[in-house]
Amino acid sequence: MSRIELTRNLFIKKLLQSRYPQLTVFIIMLAGYIFAILAGLLGTPVGSHNFSIVFVWITWWAILILAAVPFFGRGWCAVCPIPLPGEWLQRGAILRPERTLSEAKWKSKGGWLNLRWPKFLRNIWLQNISFLLLALFSSVLLTTPNVTGIVLAAMLFMAIGSSVIFERRSFCRYLCPIGGFIGLYSQTAPVELRIKDKQICVTCDGKPCYNGNENGYGCPWDVFPAGLTKNTYCGLCMECLRTCPSDNIAINLRPFASDLEKPSTRLDEAFKAFIMLGSAMIYAAVLLGPWGTLKDAAYHVGTNSWFIYAAVFLGIIFILLPSLFALCTFRFQNFNSFKKRFTTLSTSLIPLGLMFWVAFSLSFVLTNATYILASFSDPLGLGWNLFGTANVAWQPLLTSMLAPAQTLALVGGLIWSARTAQNAAREAKTSPIPVILYCLIATIIMLWLLL
Amino acid sequence: MRFILFLLFAGAGLIVAFAPLPVRLAAPQARTFQLDAHQFAYSPSELYVNPGDTVTIQLVSTDVVHGLYIDGYDISVEADPGQTSTLTFLANKPGSFRFRCNVTCGAMHPFMIGKLTVGENDWLYRSVGLATLGIIGFFPLSSFLKRSTS
Repeated sequence: MSRIELTRNLFIKKLLQSRYPQLTVFIIMLAGYIFAILAGLLGTPVGSHNFSIVFVWITWWAILILAAVPFFGRGWCAVCPIPLPGEWLQRGAILRPERTLSEAKWKSKGGWLNLRWPKFLRNIWLQNISFLLLALFSSVLLTTPNVTGIVLAAMLFMAIGSSVIFERRSFCRYLCPIGGFIGLYSQTAPVELRIKDKQICVTCDGKPCYNGNENGYGCPWDVFPAGLTKNTYCGLCMECLRTCPSDNIAINLRPFASDLEKPSTRLDEAFKAFIMLGSAMIYAAVLLGPWGTLKDAAYHVGTNSWFIYAAVFLGIIFILLPSLFALCTFRFQNFNSFKKRFTTLSTSLIPLGLMFWVAFSLSFVLTNATYILASFSDPLGLGWNLFGTANVAWQPLLTSMLAPAQTLALVGGLIWSARTAQNAAREAKTSPIPVILYCLIATIIMLWLLL
Repeated sequence: MRFILFLLFAGAGLIVAFAPLPVRLAAPQARTFQLDAHQFAYSPSELYVNPGDTVTIQLVSTDVVHGLYIDGYDISVEADPGQTSTLTFLANKPGSFRFRCNVTCGAMHPFMIGKLTVGENDWLYRSVGLATLGIIGFFPLSSFLKRSTS
């Protein structure tokens, strides 16, 4: 299907090329992020009245999963404040490269180590692990402001550390627990950055989109734009739009899930799909279910019941879900063909997982949204009333719309997954029916958990 | 043909979503539940009543102040530690509803949740029906689409 090139519009193109609009958003985001850290560490320990919990886990999460990821893919990464201080240090500059510097100096102006990321870690396994680490402690993380503050600060310092040791945005590309799933689900988004004409890139001298020039930096995400076939690893930072001397970079509007037409065959990405699918189901049971024992086990970190919970959590994600899926894809020829079929067909879990998260988040966000108004007026929970909304009573929103909206999301996700499974099965030269049944059973379980 | 198939499945979807289901008739009763509230759960955590029942919930808090808010019915009650508070209402809306603590009671307060089912959880059955119908309908529709585009 056809694409609409947004950057044909001069206003949009100039807006994206200019560093100032992005910098303005960056600075607002960074100020909010630092305030969230301080609020977490210094504000009230009551999560529902603390800015760090309310703005990070309710407001930001709602924006991210209900709007940013489904419609803009890695749009959040384009304005995420976490890598900024490290990147500024690494570059020795806040805005553009100095025009007088040589290419070598653009890369190492900050005077840091600038090492390549180790080859054996150039995958998203570390992101899978970092997400799971947060997920296992999520009941504490989502409810305890100082833990949220510490985790936010740790992510900022890890990003700074990786920027001064490694080149480009290694943290975003290989470590960020959020970036992994945003990348996975960004394949479904109707926005992409791609080159216009491959031949221009082939003959381009110096490949400034990757190496940088006087107009901008080499791709911070370590991606050569000419090789982009999916959104997963493009952070939409717009550097290539600035550096391309041939006006060969385009931001396109496209049909949803275009990237899924060519399924990935990477095991790390396949397991990311299982991790996200399983986590959504476990969160729905633990956080939104009526089972107090489960909540106790998830919250009391370090106790025997928490270790059992953690083992079950990991068992569902790494053993139960993948092995049942493997049964759906099994047809023994040799390991390589099985692996290819397994990874190819796991692409069909991407829309399903995204819609599981949408359905889960609708419930979580609508129930707790009124805390946002109260927290806006009293972000530290110190009794302030800055905007007169500190005493807004808690009230779940749109409860009558919630169940139909969740059904719509889950059934829509199932049909979307069936469509993806059909494409993937054609690639894998197998039947999509077992995988579609797998998705149907997972959807029925999720419906039972949420409704 | 594609349009007719689509209409057929859309019609079936509307029937699954909105057609009245057979109701199991039961004479309305007065039901009383004692609901113990403690950080961060209710006991019992799931309540089942019939449509038309007059339901009385005696909320007993066993540690800190807890509340009870029933989604959909939009009614609530609070109980101090060691005290019992009573909430009486007519269960005139069928379906499944979450009830939750509406008094900040500790870290996991936003997730202190129980479930009230009035009659059958129709919406769950309808949703499962829609999901199944969606998959059944997917195959003929998609193969027809494929044929018509090739």
